[in-house]
Amino acid sequence: MSIHTKPDMFEKDIVINAIADSFRKLDPRIQVKNPVMFVVFVGSILTSLLFLQSLAGSGEASPLFILSITVWLWFTVLFANFAEAMAEGRGKAQAESLKKSRKEVVAKKLSGSAFDAPYELITASELVKGDVALIEAGDFIPLDGEVIEGAASVDESVVTGESAPVIRESGGDRSAVTGGTRVISDWLVVRITAKPGETFLDRMIAMIEGASRKKTPNEIALTILLAKLTIIFLVVTATLLPYSMFSAQESGSGSVITITSLVALLVCLAPTTIGALLSAIGIAGMSRLSQANVIAMSGRAVEAAGDVDVLLLDKTGTITLGNRQATVFIPDAGVTMGELVDAAQLASLPDETPEGRSIVALAKRDFGLRGREVQKTHAEFIPFSARTRMSGVDIDGRRIRKGASDMIEKFVDQNGGRFSETVHLAVERIAKEGGTPLVVADGGKTLGVIYLKDIVKGGIRERFMELRKTGIKTVMITGDNPLTAAAIAAEAGIDDFLAEATPEAKLKLIREYQSKGHLVAMTGDGTNDAPALAQADVAVAMNTGTQAAKEAGNMVDLDSNPTKLLDIITAGKQMLMTRGSLTTFSVANDVAKYFAIIPAIFAVTYPALNALNIMGLATPQSAILSAVIFNALIIVFLIPLALKGVKYRPAPAVELLRDNLLIYGVGGVIAPFVGIKLIDMALSGLKLV
Amino acid sequence: MTINGLLQIAFYLTVLLALVKPLGLYIAKVFMRPAGEAPKPEKWIYRICGVNESAEMSSKTYALAAIVFNAAGFCLLFIILSFQTALPLNPDGMGGISWHLAFNTAASFITNTNWQSYGGESTMSYFSQMVGLTVQNFLSAASGMAILIALIRGFARHSVETIGNFWVDMIRSAVYILLPLSLMLALALVWQGMPQTFTPHATAQLVEPTKDDKGSAVTEQMIALGPVASQVAIKQLGTNGGGYFNANSAHPFENPTPLSNFLMMLSLLLIPAALCYTFGVMVGDRRQGWAVLAAMAIVFVFLLGVCAHYEQSATPMLVKAGADIRASDGSSGGNTEGKEVRFGIVNSAIYATATTAASNGSVNAMHDSFTPLGGLVSLWLMQLGEIIFGGVGSGLYGMIVFAIVAVFIAGLMVGRTPEYIRKKIEAHEMKMASLAALIPIMVALIGTAVALIEPSSKASMANPGAHGYGEVLYAFSSAANNNGSAFAGLNANTPFFNISLGLAMLIGRFGCMLPVIAIAGSLAAKKSIPVTSGTMPTHGPIFVALLIAVVLMIGALSFFPALALGPIVEHLMMIQ
Amino acid sequence: MITQIRQGVITLAVFTIITGGIYPLVVTIMAQALFPAQANGSLIVINGTTAGSELIGQSFSGTGHFWSRPSATGPLPYNAAASSGSNLGPLNPDFATKVRERVDAIATTGPANIAVPVDLVTASGSGLDPHISPAAAAYQVPRVARELSLTESAIMKLVANNTERRQFGFLGEPRVNVLKLNLDIDNLNSGHKLEQR
Repeated sequence: MSIHTKPDMFEKDIVINAIADSFRKLDPRIQVKNPVMFVVFVGSILTSLLFLQSLAGSGEASPLFILSITVWLWFTVLFANFAEAMAEGRGKAQAESLKKSRKEVVAKKLSGSAFDAPYELITASELVKGDVALIEAGDFIPLDGEVIEGAASVDESVVTGESAPVIRESGGDRSAVTGGTRVISDWLVVRITAKPGETFLDRMIAMIEGASRKKTPNEIALTILLAKLTIIFLVVTATLLPYSMFSAQESGSGSVITITSLVALLVCLAPTTIGALLSAIGIAGMSRLSQANVIAMSGRAVEAAGDVDVLLLDKTGTITLGNRQATVFIPDAGVTMGELVDAAQLASLPDETPEGRSIVALAKRDFGLRGREVQKTHAEFIPFSARTRMSGVDIDGRRIRKGASDMIEKFVDQNGGRFSETVHLAVERIAKEGGTPLVVADGGKTLGVIYLKDIVKGGIRERFMELRKTGIKTVMITGDNPLTAAAIAAEAGIDDFLAEATPEAKLKLIREYQSKGHLVAMTGDGTNDAPALAQADVAVAMNTGTQAAKEAGNMVDLDSNPTKLLDIITAGKQMLMTRGSLTTFSVANDVAKYFAIIPAIFAVTYPALNALNIMGLATPQSAILSAVIFNALIIVFLIPLALKGVKYRPAPAVELLRDNLLIYGVGGVIAPFVGIKLIDMALSGLKLV
Repeated sequence: MTINGLLQIAFYLTVLLALVKPLGLYIAKVFMRPAGEAPKPEKWIYRICGVNESAEMSSKTYALAAIVFNAAGFCLLFIILSFQTALPLNPDGMGGISWHLAFNTAASFITNTNWQSYGGESTMSYFSQMVGLTVQNFLSAASGMAILIALIRGFARHSVETIGNFWVDMIRSAVYILLPLSLMLALALVWQGMPQTFTPHATAQLVEPTKDDKGSAVTEQMIALGPVASQVAIKQLGTNGGGYFNANSAHPFENPTPLSNFLMMLSLLLIPAALCYTFGVMVGDRRQGWAVLAAMAIVFVFLLGVCAHYEQSATPMLVKAGADIRASDGSSGGNTEGKEVRFGIVNSAIYATATTAASNGSVNAMHDSFTPLGGLVSLWLMQLGEIIFGGVGSGLYGMIVFAIVAVFIAGLMVGRTPEYIRKKIEAHEMKMASLAALIPIMVALIGTAVALIEPSSKASMANPGAHGYGEVLYAFSSAANNNGSAFAGLNANTPFFNISLGLAMLIGRFGCMLPVIAIAGSLAAKKSIPVTSGTMPTHGPIFVALLIAVVLMIGALSFFPALALGPIVEHLMMIQ
Repeated sequence: MITQIRQGVITLAVFTIITGGIYPLVVTIMAQALFPAQANGSLIVINGTTAGSELIGQSFSGTGHFWSRPSATGPLPYNAAASSGSNLGPLNPDFATKVRERVDAIATTGPANIAVPVDLVTASGSGLDPHISPAAAAYQVPRVARELSLTESAIMKLVANNTERRQFGFLGEPRVNVLKLNLDIDNLNSGHKLEQR
């Protein structure tokens, strides 16, 4: 069970539920939230009353005409409700599967924070933040928390859709556990970090359902624009009444325009298409992301993703394939190959990093050097740290180190030695070639260099080129030295890089870009990424990352795939583009509606105005009705577009604008001429008017 | 249109556009000079006025200063007009002015509208014309320019709370731009035959005695004179438009020759056009200024073509009556009703289009007598919001408001939070831009509706049917957008029209100006965003096309029904 | 607030003096010094009597004069103290009637085979237009010549003398100053009459 399932666009259950919801949403308290549709709602009520009046025999037009208009106005409202309900329904379907996993579980609440402390059985909802719980094999993890003791394999498929269990252990970057997931083997002692109902899973469900959806900044600005247009059209139609009264009196012919026609005109002119689909677009944008297995904490973050113009990308895993591999040993002058390989292997044996393992593997493959049981000797392993940027082993009085050349140089100096010129030259050469030189030293003596090579992912260069076209600058973050970083950046087509990156340097870089007005996106997983994640405008935390990283980010990638950032940006842009394009379409539609309605309502006063009936619509009634029907049906036709989003291709802004203007602007002017004419032909063909 | 007509249009546009860069650059220099480096005479003015030239203002203070200054101007003008009989320089003994006319005129001149419910030569004393009206011609234009400069600073600056100093901006635009240009233009106009004197009217013995409408013989012609040129120069340059004479620039004294006419048409659009370049210079990207100017020029040329075509084609009625409407070497032909022979059709069409494109409103031909579609051009240009060149300052700030709306839609369509000239356009700017664009439209439509309901207004209409309705629509479109021209058949000197049009002018002007100042303030406080290829460029042809589309769409969608019952139906009836 | 009001009132006062006093005075002084004739109304003075202004039309309807364009000023045509156009709408039935009446009145006196030039039957914008088009003048030449018993060529010569071409060859429209033409006609006519005597 996972949220991977993409519901069909019009799956039967969703549609049925959405239809029911369309009526439920007729509640005025819901309607009033959308100014455009509220105007239609009030107009529908008004024409309904006019219909009742006409039944009583004192109507302003024939009851049939008023009824037809009224019915289609109500349809307009219902279609808008339906669009929103559809978007919500699709989100709900995704959330449903998550909810099933959120059944009430029994937690073992420990009285102390040790594995062997006594525990009591309580329900998960009784747990509070800070409590400590024991989870054993087969148990569900009751709430989000931090592992403080133990290591276990955990089935997180309910969240990630990935069936392979993951390791969760205390300390380090894999200590966060998510409520609703299940421990498969071993046990964990977990400190609860979330209140019931506020767990990661809860928030995910809420986000997907759209329940906690707030209007995003651009959506608010657009709503203002739509409200402005609606007010204009309200004034335009309201003032038409006195204009019509005056004109009818002056020309001495014809009758004053009916209220029904005015309401019909208002509804046709008001940007109902975008007004009806606006919230559906927002909800759909979020659920498109969740289909890509990214959970955004807010719509604001998705929108910001569209604006991002600087991408901070970790080199490893994003730009290069996995990890660097040792490929060549280069001994120092006066050092034999055997000496170097031996020392390199010794220093790498306890080193569980991929680089370390690749050194051991290379030593074995090329030189037949077998692994030794270092643990049993009196060796002291010096682990790698971001600060020292070297690792090694102290064994039998030897102090073997391998690491970045500048750090090893310092180390050699401290041990009274001199950093060899041969090594120095080799280091420079490797770095220039884009490799990573790992210098090996024994106390004050340099032994040689290990050539570690990065393998740039296939197709990544093209991807970055697309990004550059859309104005996004890519910055590679790496712990490598500047030379190495530059070579890889050049190979991968990256714009800039931050070499020898520390968490502080990352944070500083983000701030620098932001102070120049850029919007920065980054991915991160470790606790030390948290400050940078918190600072970045769009921060995608890997689901495999720590709780701290997830809290600091505003999105979580369940697949923990750093290249996902590119998809997120596309999703953000699509959401804005869909809104913009449908707004343009909606407004462009008004031209044709004028040509349908103005001659229809005023030709009785001034027959000359019939010249404006360029579509040759059959009768005034059918002209007005056709425009209203078109206005209602277009909402339904555009629901799939609103849910799927306007197609985005990476291209400079000016090309996107040109294309969308042609499709939605010019197309928006033409389409209703065709549509209204067809509806009119159908109506008059069926003799409905 | 005749070849000579096309030549005159081309010449006019060429000279206008050639002057944009030098004048625009000069204006930019005037406003970009730091307050401390002002020359001595400027500093004296600051000292006398009690202005601290280096004190920067927040948008609230800036708005307050503008309001206070305009309010003071309103009071002074109202008093001068109300007490003109007791004031000096009234050699022809002009009588008192009703309170509602004084209100309307004061509102009209402080808002740069210069709508006139009166005939100048038969109502206003020399003192009222000079000390009352001319002063506001300068100050209303200077206020408009100051606010534009504040808005430009909003784009040019970043992360600051202030947008300049209203007094410094206003004083500089009056002293360095409006006064020198007016002085030069005034002298050129006198040279062409425009009076500039303080003597009373002249009396001529008619060559051929005539009779008045009561049948009594008249042998003398009273020729009204006055300090005409000094007022006419600023009325053109400041996009004011309030004529010295009732017939405005159709009057031979207010526009004696084709050359004077050319200079006046040039000065109609000169400053509004040059300010586009100033805008480009001050925001550090001249292409931005050219783009806005291009949008304005394209709409202008298109509508000018429409107007000139229909005026030259005249009406079937004239043909039916037996008049020869064909153009020839000896006659301009066309619809000459309300037009002067020396200007002919083309110069009347250029003038009418330019004066309503700019919010000037002076006329050299009577728009009321234009063909339906020729008149529609003027009417619609005002309804677009006076942004095709528009008023001094106000035209460009209005156009920038539309650019903000255009950029918003365009920005969404390319998938980014919209930005204009390195500034993000967000909800607050959208709210203010919507207000600024919405208010004049609402005032024009609602004002017209109220006037059509008001029973007394029927008596004010000079023409029956759709054209009488058109007169009222024109009046409120003109007032709400601070143009000031009229379908002059409408007798607007009634309490109802004086008050309602006065209110329309005040709401239209300040309802647009205050949101613009608010936008200036919020833009100045924003960060400046770097330009990338993902930025929607606002200097290319696509954006110019979009801007034009937005302007025309909003104008068309707002006014199509109203126009359909006026000029459009008139035209359709005419060609039937 | 108080500061702004104080600054506003003083600035208004200062600029009322500068733009409402000094500026028009400077323009007046310079205009009177440089272009005194134009600055005082371009008046035509004959033997100490003001006969009119070059720029302001007068009403002519006598058969021995060239007729001016119709004027819509009130209460009498060519009222230079109250300029005004007709402001008749293009479709106004009154306008159609007026034009037809004017055409009918003029056509009886003009050449039979030529249509009446439009400017001669439409009111000008100011009601003070001093000009008619050359076509409108040419239309009247036969009548004036007939009425005054002068040759058409003599009259045409006077018309030509009072015809202003386009400024710089392209600005504006060619036009004939009716007042100046009629003054010349009167001159010629009185000389002619003296000769006959």
